[in-house]
Amino acid sequence: MRHLKLIPDNTNIGFVKLRYWAFGITAALTLGAMALVGIRGLNLGVDFVGGLMIEAKFQQPAHLDTLRGTIDSLGVGQSSLQQFGDPKTVSIRLPLPHETDSGATNRVVAKVKAAVEQTNPGVQFTRSDTVSGKVSGELIRNGLLAVFLAVFAIAIFSWLRYEWQFGVSTFVAIAHDVLMTLGFFALTRMEFDLNIVAAVLTIISYSINDKIVIDDRIRENLRKYRKMNLGNLIDLSVNETLPRTVMTSLTILLALGALLIFGGHVLRGFTSAMILGIIIGTYSSIYVSSSLLITLGLSSGPPPADEARPAGRGEPARDS
Amino acid sequence: MLDFPRWKIWLISLTIAVGIFLSIPSLIAGTPLASSWPKWLPHYKISMGLDLAGGSHLLLEADARDMDKTRLAAMEDSVTTELRRGDPKIAIGDISTQGGRLSFMVRDPSQVDAAVERMRAMTRPQGMTGQRDWDVQVVDTTRVVLTPTASGSKQAIENAMSVAREVVRRRIDPGGTKEVTVITQGGNRILVQVPGVEDPEALKQLIGQTARLEFKLVDLTADPAQVAQGRAPAGSQVLTMADGSSKIAVKRRVMVSGEQLTDAKQSFDQDGRPVVSITFNSTGARRFGRVTQENVNKPFAIILDDKVLSAPNINEPILGGQAQISGNFTVESANQLAVSLASGKLPVKLNVIEERTVGPELGKDSIQKGVVASIVATLAVIIFMLITYGRFGVYADIALVINAFVIIGVMALFNATLTLPGIAGFILTIGAAVDANVLINERIREEQRRGRGVIQSIEFGYKEASRTIFEANTVHAISGVIMLALGSGPVRGFAVVLLIGIITSVFTAVYFTRMLVALWLRRVRPRVLNI
Repeated sequence: MRHLKLIPDNTNIGFVKLRYWAFGITAALTLGAMALVGIRGLNLGVDFVGGLMIEAKFQQPAHLDTLRGTIDSLGVGQSSLQQFGDPKTVSIRLPLPHETDSGATNRVVAKVKAAVEQTNPGVQFTRSDTVSGKVSGELIRNGLLAVFLAVFAIAIFSWLRYEWQFGVSTFVAIAHDVLMTLGFFALTRMEFDLNIVAAVLTIISYSINDKIVIDDRIRENLRKYRKMNLGNLIDLSVNETLPRTVMTSLTILLALGALLIFGGHVLRGFTSAMILGIIIGTYSSIYVSSSLLITLGLSSGPPPADEARPAGRGEPARDS
Repeated sequence: MLDFPRWKIWLISLTIAVGIFLSIPSLIAGTPLASSWPKWLPHYKISMGLDLAGGSHLLLEADARDMDKTRLAAMEDSVTTELRRGDPKIAIGDISTQGGRLSFMVRDPSQVDAAVERMRAMTRPQGMTGQRDWDVQVVDTTRVVLTPTASGSKQAIENAMSVAREVVRRRIDPGGTKEVTVITQGGNRILVQVPGVEDPEALKQLIGQTARLEFKLVDLTADPAQVAQGRAPAGSQVLTMADGSSKIAVKRRVMVSGEQLTDAKQSFDQDGRPVVSITFNSTGARRFGRVTQENVNKPFAIILDDKVLSAPNINEPILGGQAQISGNFTVESANQLAVSLASGKLPVKLNVIEERTVGPELGKDSIQKGVVASIVATLAVIIFMLITYGRFGVYADIALVINAFVIIGVMALFNATLTLPGIAGFILTIGAAVDANVLINERIREEQRRGRGVIQSIEFGYKEASRTIFEANTVHAISGVIMLALGSGPVRGFAVVLLIGIITSVFTAVYFTRMLVALWLRRVRPRVLNI
């Protein structure tokens, strides 16, 4: 039986040759993503800005404009409505009420529910969240801290494990992945909530996973082919690991595809972020982190101390 | 590669068998099969998060200002008692609690030092810092000022929280039978999770009631016109009726308070109206008896959280230590008050700072969709691996399925909570777990292309790939641990599954498949490898 081979044996694609193009396009896209986040901003959920969220499931597809009119006439602040997965499910977001007594938010929720129910009989309220400004501030802080810590911890890990160039190139590639993901959320205006923070952290983690596999191979080849020119060596390493890179990305995408189609609307934002992140991460492994090693001046000769150590293990390598 | 000791085979098989065994109770939960699981077997189970089970999640925070007020009032009480009754007596006046500080004048200037000395003795040191819970100072030579210190306030809240937690628990779950979560967080917060509750309002009312019950005599000497303007004679105070209808002057001195209760129950009075029946302990009963004896035919006020519920007349002395509280109750509100009173007074006011409710319909829907997505994802990956790697794909697939069971088993063992993001983590792990096998198999293909023999290729494939797998998963675990440490709610639920998945997948994808391959090599001794 012949098995499926997505990538033919012994590919020899000149990735490194294309690196200036790749850098240029990548830099432009990343700047574009940052500009998008800066101008359009992220559609932050109640987790991060505080407020109320009520999820309603209607019998018929909901008319957002009529619904908005109904809610805005209640005098409970400006509402923000969003269809959630299917046209019958709508999330209603409202700012926190000005009164601060303990029943204030519940009064708003009750008022909105009653008004919506009156104009849309049979509507079901499936979920509601209330997050105070105090908690949302902490959630933002912890979310950002987690992302920064993850990026730094992992960059330091690859710096200790390999040469510093690997640490830097990984760091740049990961920063690129995160920025592109944020840009995607700014572009689509999908709600950015706590789940998405988990998605971003996972994207970081998988993207690193990819880069480590390639970095590991570069290191192995550095020892094996001491005379080879660095550009060729990186091309060789990326090509050798290409079948794996593609296979693994595909299996993950298969699983995520199932989640996107069958997993329900609550996880849709998370899954979309992950799918995009896996694609961006795969791209940045090949075009950003590996090619950047040349620019950073990774030496193609092995570090002198290397001979004394058993292959592939041991002390953190110091730059020679 | 051929050399695979028997004890290793046993150890791997045993570990897997235990993992799968542990997953069974969680998998059959909610189906008719659940009842046929023998009682004497371990039945560790995964618990469902609120987003799957439906229910309410509340995060409560201690009100620091309320705590300061309470502390100030208590300090005022002990200061007056100490100085007026202690020996020698120190006459003081002009006590004030303005601006969050307690201050008073010492009438005899020669006693100022003694007063400060006695005050200092009343404060307590805070741990090893050398700071005390109150700062005592003299201002304008005769005025003594006591300021609560930050560390003292913090400590007071922390002390109050453990009591508050117990009170909250008793209020939500008087019978101790429901699966509620009540835990303190970060020193001044309590997290409450109640599955199945759809009306968070009732829950909040139940929890939030401070339930400070007091009985005080009504001040009949007060001039009604003055009272309406909020002014009361010395030794009395003006309070509002609970329905907001009018104001009433009561004596400051507390006859009996809720702390002297042993029980509170909802019942009905002779006219069939809902009331709360309370029973005093022996001290409370004695005091209540004495005061009612001395004040027959005078009214007294029943006060809850500084609102007067009712002000009935004392028709006859109440000696049995039993009383009824009436005041426009419904059966429900009477019951709620009874629970609050029986569970004790909240030592500090709690504010709701986060509230999330998920309806049971949505939860059920999420579980169903999660299960379907998991099955489809697993099947898709299985088929993909099979057509790509043939026999080695089958091994990877067996490892994948076993991994899915073992993840559930390990989660059950730790009684981990499965949330919706957790399901996402599970599916993601299914997709990523085969990465290890992909790495190994691709490496074997490569080694073969380099002209190595069958056994050598496999040997090399496993050896070289294992290093990469180990490193890649370490990095993975780093971000998992960070998510677990810093994440809240959904991020955490996701990280738990991810971390467990990382460990189990390395085990099944590397060690277990290696065993399968070794056994196959030993049995068949293939000359060509079709991978």
